Amino acid sequence: MSGRLANIGGPGFTSFRSRVRDIAETHRSLTIIVAMAIVGLLLPILATVPPFSIFQPQDVWLNGFSNAGVFVLLALGLNIVVGLAGLLDLGYAAFFAIGAYAYAYGASPFSGIHAPFIAMLLIGALVAATFGVLLGAPTLRLRGDYLAIVTLGFGEIVPIVFLNAEKYTEGTNGIGGIYPPDIPFVEFGILNPWPFYGLVIVLVAIVMVFIYRLQESRIGRAWMAIREDELAAASNGLNTVTTKLLAFALGASTAGFAGVFNAAKLTLVSPDQFLSTVSFSILAMVVLGGMGNIWGVALGAFVIYTIQIVLLKQLNAFFGELHVPILQDINFVQYQFLLYGLALVLMMLFRPEGLFPSQRRKRELHAADAGEAEASAVAALDESIT
Amino acid sequence: MTATAREPNLVLSAKNVTKRFGGLVAVNDISFDIPEGSIVSLIGPNGAGKTTFFNIIAGIYDPTSGRIAVHGRTMVARPIRAWLEPFLWVAPAVVVGIVSAIVVAAANNETIGFVGAALTLAALITMLLSAIARPAWYQRLLRRIGIFRSARPNDIVEAGIGRTFQNIRLFSNMTAEENVLVGMHTRLKANLLDAMFSTPRNRSEEVAAKIRAEELLRLVGLRGIGGELAKNLPYGDQRRLEVARALGSNPKLLLLDEPTAGMNPKETSDMMALINKLRTELGLTVLLIEHDMKVVMGISDRVTVLDHGERIAEGTPDEVRKNPKVIEAYLGAPAS
Repeated sequence: MSGRLANIGGPGFTSFRSRVRDIAETHRSLTIIVAMAIVGLLLPILATVPPFSIFQPQDVWLNGFSNAGVFVLLALGLNIVVGLAGLLDLGYAAFFAIGAYAYAYGASPFSGIHAPFIAMLLIGALVAATFGVLLGAPTLRLRGDYLAIVTLGFGEIVPIVFLNAEKYTEGTNGIGGIYPPDIPFVEFGILNPWPFYGLVIVLVAIVMVFIYRLQESRIGRAWMAIREDELAAASNGLNTVTTKLLAFALGASTAGFAGVFNAAKLTLVSPDQFLSTVSFSILAMVVLGGMGNIWGVALGAFVIYTIQIVLLKQLNAFFGELHVPILQDINFVQYQFLLYGLALVLMMLFRPEGLFPSQRRKRELHAADAGEAEASAVAALDESIT
Repeated sequence: MTATAREPNLVLSAKNVTKRFGGLVAVNDISFDIPEGSIVSLIGPNGAGKTTFFNIIAGIYDPTSGRIAVHGRTMVARPIRAWLEPFLWVAPAVVVGIVSAIVVAAANNETIGFVGAALTLAALITMLLSAIARPAWYQRLLRRIGIFRSARPNDIVEAGIGRTFQNIRLFSNMTAEENVLVGMHTRLKANLLDAMFSTPRNRSEEVAAKIRAEELLRLVGLRGIGGELAKNLPYGDQRRLEVARALGSNPKLLLLDEPTAGMNPKETSDMMALINKLRTELGLTVLLIEHDMKVVMGISDRVTVLDHGERIAEGTPDEVRKNPKVIEAYLGAPAS
């Protein structure tokens, strides 16, 4: 009797939860938009609450969040190529650079053109996608390691071209004075981080919805099939060449998108923003966040970027103030790659599916345990019967 | 040629197919017809060239010589006039380039020159990309010009041939349902924009596809396991799932590479029943590679025996069983 009483609150609550889950299952795109809206509202509030407000003022936080948003976009795009289609791309920052320079040519005093920002978002994505296809076409017959090396080379070449083609790119100085976004009724200024913050939330939501839908479509299944077994995929009627090119093109166009936003935000593009370390950071974000899961990848990118720009800087200040010997002389920001490496190694040892894995990958990596559990259950059942 | 004309109901017709790997002749001058609605078996000792022949049909290897026609249309053979193809790649670019050069010379305008150069480059890139991806229109263009290139595996599937593998090659980390849906890829039409904007067409197609996938799973006897990961299925079910996946493309001809390998007697007889059912219910034609003689003799209409890449016998199961050459190939020649 008492047990029944205790359960009264239970069923109502679970049915509410299951109803929410049902709605989330059937309206996935809407769920993403609502969730991004909630995140977008919560983050600025969170920045004013004690543990976070101590580090830095809200404006600085918001500016950091906007920059983190760029990396979320990049990680989402790389997730298509690496997580879904299984093509290891080590030169992803090249497409980021191409998108950024596309905007610099489209909207700066350097070229004398001032195209509208929204149009440039599409153009930047298209230009980057074109280069993605151009890189992909001759190299997609390569597999695994070989593809990784070619993309690594491409990632090195692109910033060097921008560096050396001084007549067209101003070399190391980069192209400056780029116009900020010109969206009607919104004033984009360097001192006001809110418009950029809102814009990046919208962009991330749009990209997430598109990627989510693709992942669940015929095309997403084709990517996964190619990742699993390319020969079997071809023998089941998939044109592996076009499917892989599409993954490359879409990954590149997302990077182009991010590049345009980044250029408009910083109002400056220079080759040193797109070094191979950027590619590695993004790859680390995808792996740490949980390959193949858009929320995991987005969260991974956000957390890592925030740690990198906030926590490491704060560590410097913290140990500097306390005058801790040795530690006060260390610049933690310079050691971020050591920390990445350490985090990756620990991750591969203890949680290979990433911090926020997709259901699928979790099952992949823990199938062995599940199989054992099942076998023992079956054995127990057999025993009980006999 | 005359044979195809007289018997239009040949699903597949191989003529003098030879495949060499370096010095090794894996398949030597094999001719082979598969009439519609039949179950044809290909048997032979290990290393006889059965799987190689299979892979040639499936478009994985190009034959060294000979050709294979599907429904009377040659799909697999040595390339013809392949040297012409590079001209095709540059021809549109050259034409565009010359036209824009003339226009530039006449108008003497720098902007037009820039546009012309861009168009030329675009034409070149388009053709090169088409040559790599080989979409349908490019293949039609090749055929019209008289260039022949062997079909790729996906073109073979498009032409109505599905296959399974000797060592199971499922997409092991995808669910059973997803495996079948991948098999249905060629029959689904949603493109990139449909998927991104979740158009009504895409949604209704997905719903219909899932129902069809469920039907196919039920047909092969895998009811209600659509959500399981393929690799967690028992061995016999994995074999069945491979058949369901191959059926996804609505093939006319199904190539089964040792469908009962590693199965127990119960699973084997189930598989035989399934193959028979595919013929009677779906009107499928089946080409079977098999080692289990009970299966071969039980369900085949015709049997072809290969040994060391050569065809040593062909006929009904009874004829083949009594053929002394076949007995010799399997058991060795009697001591004389």
